[in-house]
Amino acid sequence: MVSDKIHLPAARSLPSPRRFFERQRRLVRTHAFRLAALYFLVFAASVLGVLCFVYWTSADFVERQTEATIDTDITGLAEQYAQRGLSGLVQIVAARSAGDSGEAMLYLVTDPDGRPLAGNISGWPLGVPAGNGWLSFTVEVRVQRKPVSHPARGSMIIMPGGYRLLVGRDISDAAAFRDRVKLTLLWSGMVALGVGLLGGAAMSRNLLRRVELVNRTSERVMAGNLSDRVPLDGTGDEFDLLAVNLNRMLDQIERLMTAMREVTDDVAHDLKTPLSRLRARLELALIEPGDAGAQSEAIRVAIDEADRLLVTFNALLRIAEAEAGAVVDMAAPFDLAEVARAAVELYEPVAEEKGFVLTLTAEPQVDIRGDRHLLSQALANLLDNAIKYADGGALEVRVFRADARAVLEVADHGPGIPQNNREIVFDRFVRLEPSRSTPGNGLGLSLVRAVVHRHLGTIALADNHPGLRARLEFPMSCV
Amino acid sequence: MKLLVVEDDRETASYIQKGLSESGYTVDRAGEGREGLFLASSGGYDAIVLDRMLPGLDGLAVLGALRAAGIGTPALILSALGSVDDRVKGLRAGGDDYLVKPFAFSELLARIEALLRRGVATAATTTLRVGDLELDLLTRTVRRGGKGIELLPREFRLLEYLMRNSGQVVTRTMLLEHVWDYHFDPQTNVIDVHVSRLRQKIDKNFERPLLQTVRGAGYCLRAPE
Repeated sequence: MVSDKIHLPAARSLPSPRRFFERQRRLVRTHAFRLAALYFLVFAASVLGVLCFVYWTSADFVERQTEATIDTDITGLAEQYAQRGLSGLVQIVAARSAGDSGEAMLYLVTDPDGRPLAGNISGWPLGVPAGNGWLSFTVEVRVQRKPVSHPARGSMIIMPGGYRLLVGRDISDAAAFRDRVKLTLLWSGMVALGVGLLGGAAMSRNLLRRVELVNRTSERVMAGNLSDRVPLDGTGDEFDLLAVNLNRMLDQIERLMTAMREVTDDVAHDLKTPLSRLRARLELALIEPGDAGAQSEAIRVAIDEADRLLVTFNALLRIAEAEAGAVVDMAAPFDLAEVARAAVELYEPVAEEKGFVLTLTAEPQVDIRGDRHLLSQALANLLDNAIKYADGGALEVRVFRADARAVLEVADHGPGIPQNNREIVFDRFVRLEPSRSTPGNGLGLSLVRAVVHRHLGTIALADNHPGLRARLEFPMSCV
Repeated sequence: MKLLVVEDDRETASYIQKGLSESGYTVDRAGEGREGLFLASSGGYDAIVLDRMLPGLDGLAVLGALRAAGIGTPALILSALGSVDDRVKGLRAGGDDYLVKPFAFSELLARIEALLRRGVATAATTTLRVGDLELDLLTRTVRRGGKGIELLPREFRLLEYLMRNSGQVVTRTMLLEHVWDYHFDPQTNVIDVHVSRLRQKIDKNFERPLLQTVRGAGYCLRAPE
């Protein structure tokens, strides 16, 4: 065998690191990966946006709150100044500075030269400021006896006479809060991006895995395992739908293959037998010395046998042709009643001869689409069968419309077909017991069914009490 | 009468040639499409029997080339392809008749004779005559020996075809094709009964029968000698 010498495909024997990179490269090439990457980028951008917004609003909020407190305090002090003058203000500031308000408020009142008059700060942190307004500075605070410098924010007002008032606040808590928010947001951002990355990768892997399932099944089917199917995961999503459709396609292919195999088997069996009989007959005629009359008789019988074989062969070809299903020009509408009329006209004399009363009941213009000739032959086969198996009596052909379907019925009063055999008679070469002795090849009904299916119709055999009623239904041609 | 047989299968070709020669025809053979076209173009043939699948030049192409050159020699196409579609294609390409392989020699012979006959009877006649039998295509009446005969429409069509091909063998398949437009052979002998009914009407009360059965081949409507 040649195949013994074929090496495994290169991809399978790659060393593992190369294989890993190969896999990564493949991953990057996939549509799923690109989709996941895009998803991740959009996700990351929106997470960043949200975090920035949260940080900005919370930090801003704390600052505004500080400023609002300072403003209120200054307003209060300004009222005191208005009522009690500079000395009152100094007193209040001194009183407030002495008590540990706990709110970490900072006060300073200075004379025009910048010398402190009262307050809990020793002097101007950044030199004497020129005018009114907000300033940020640092203050020395003793925490557990160690001087620590804290950030602070305050507002300064120049009072009449050059006296200055500074009200501020230690904002180390706010700064800590802001740092905390920053850190929290940073962490949650990283977690979110990590989750996004993992999610994207998982999504991509999942997509890839299901596509891979489809691919692997296709490969197995191509390798000859026709009964393999793509597994479903029952979610009914697009992949399930794809799998269902692929499976249906495979079903159809398998059915066709099986049908073809059956045909081959049937042909082998049912043509080989008469062929060997023919051969035997000719061989016998050759060895037997016999007279010229016997010889020509043997040849005549052989020709008859060959003719029967050809009829069978033609019938098989016609069935195959009708089953192939692609050639019929379905665009051509024709009147089913007209086909029935022509067939009844052709069969009427022979039917009468054999003791039948052949009648046609047809509604006018029952149009269907398809091949008039194929349908004529199907009807002819049904009439042939009726004439062959029934023993005279009424033989009716009916054409009518029912539920927007075109119906063609052939009903006889013969022996009929037992219920349990009404399906198998459509199979090739099937001949029921009592009819085995009559001439025929068991292909008539197979052709009828093939023609009916080709015209998207249905066929059913029913009891005619007594007899057989074959009912063919077709979609109407809507012109 | 000179015939040309274009057929690549040597055995089939010599079988046809032998049969036709025995029936009194002069037969030339071509085993290949181009050779067939060359012979047919040089003319002088009364009819051509043409296989559809040929090496070199396909049968339908040969026919197309002949017809394009204005050569109207009647042609019968032989083919293993027997679906209605295939026939239609063959006839559209310029074939005058189409016979599916395998065939009985008598069938081929009958069809060739019909083709040769068709070439002659081109005049647009309104009355067909065989012996004392008369068929009027306009009034759609039939008379024999001056007496009117009542025919059903299908019997009239059958008789018309037989009379148009009078004196030659007409096979059951030819009748199914031309009178009923059926391109397959039903299992029941439907044609025989039709013919015997027609015979009842045109021959029963007359001394000399016109419609004869040719064993193993078909029927022949012929004026008595």
